[in-house]
Amino acid sequence: MKARVHVFLKDGVFDPQGKAVSQALQGLGFSEVHSVRQGKFFDIDTGTVPGEEQEGRLEDYCRKLLANPVIESFSVEVVEP
Amino acid sequence: MKAAVVEFPGSNCDHDAFEWASRLFHIPTELVWHTETHLKGADLVILPGGFSYGDYLRCGAMAARAPVMDAVIEHAKSGGLVIGICNGFQILCEVGLLPGALLRNQGLAFLCQDVYLRCETSKSPFSRHVGKGTVLRLPIAHHDGNYFTDPKTLKRLQREERILFRYVNPNGDVNEAWNVNGSLDAIAGVLSEGRNVLGMMPHPERASEAVLGNEDGAAILRSALKTLEAAHA
Repeated sequence: MKARVHVFLKDGVFDPQGKAVSQALQGLGFSEVHSVRQGKFFDIDTGTVPGEEQEGRLEDYCRKLLANPVIESFSVEVVEP
Repeated sequence: MKAAVVEFPGSNCDHDAFEWASRLFHIPTELVWHTETHLKGADLVILPGGFSYGDYLRCGAMAARAPVMDAVIEHAKSGGLVIGICNGFQILCEVGLLPGALLRNQGLAFLCQDVYLRCETSKSPFSRHVGKGTVLRLPIAHHDGNYFTDPKTLKRLQREERILFRYVNPNGDVNEAWNVNGSLDAIAGVLSEGRNVLGMMPHPERASEAVLGNEDGAAILRSALKTLEAAHA
């Protein structure tokens, strides 16, 4: 199975990098940009293990390592079962 | 009385912490590699500063899952003293021994400078002999020291007097201009619920000798040592 996991800062958690990127875009003339939130994604390949067994585990990956629940939320998406 | 300094790949203040405990305070001290599973009988465990695992994923995230951390958690849960300095503070937050997280500095810059801290409570082994209201000058060197927690946890930390250090001006007043990394409520150091685990971003181990131009950091380890000695007496 191939999956993509997105990890992003929760609403209300200050994102100074996103703010700097937003300001840089505005500085380049993209005045329509209101805000930018910066996050990250992980492409995960579990090989030949069937997808249906893996989906609950993807969330475990996030809870146990990929995201810090104090500051981050996550979403998981199976790209290739 | 024994101390242990835990070393991770990328720790760079491990020997500073070792010298701090062993040479300045004559505490028998062991260096403990991150793959080990016991702490060699230590009463005090120090998680040193640095860039463990290259700050991959999040600062402290990989180190928090290292084999040695089960022993650190067990030591903390049984009331043993733990000090996490800088990256050590980030690791303690990641592993859940302390609340909150350390975000990127508000101004985005890596900060390497002296700061002023006010000791907010004497109710901990690390501050009993420092004294509430005492102002210390200590160095910081970090990119991710912007303390954050949710509003409910912040209220609880305030109510339970678990904020041990706050960034202040040289007169000892909280002032946003001197809260250099933008930390919530100017928090520079927090205590665990049991008050036996301390995490702090500034580096007391780098400022504990007259020859280095500043001895303010010695007060914290001196206090912890006196408390432990009194308990063993």
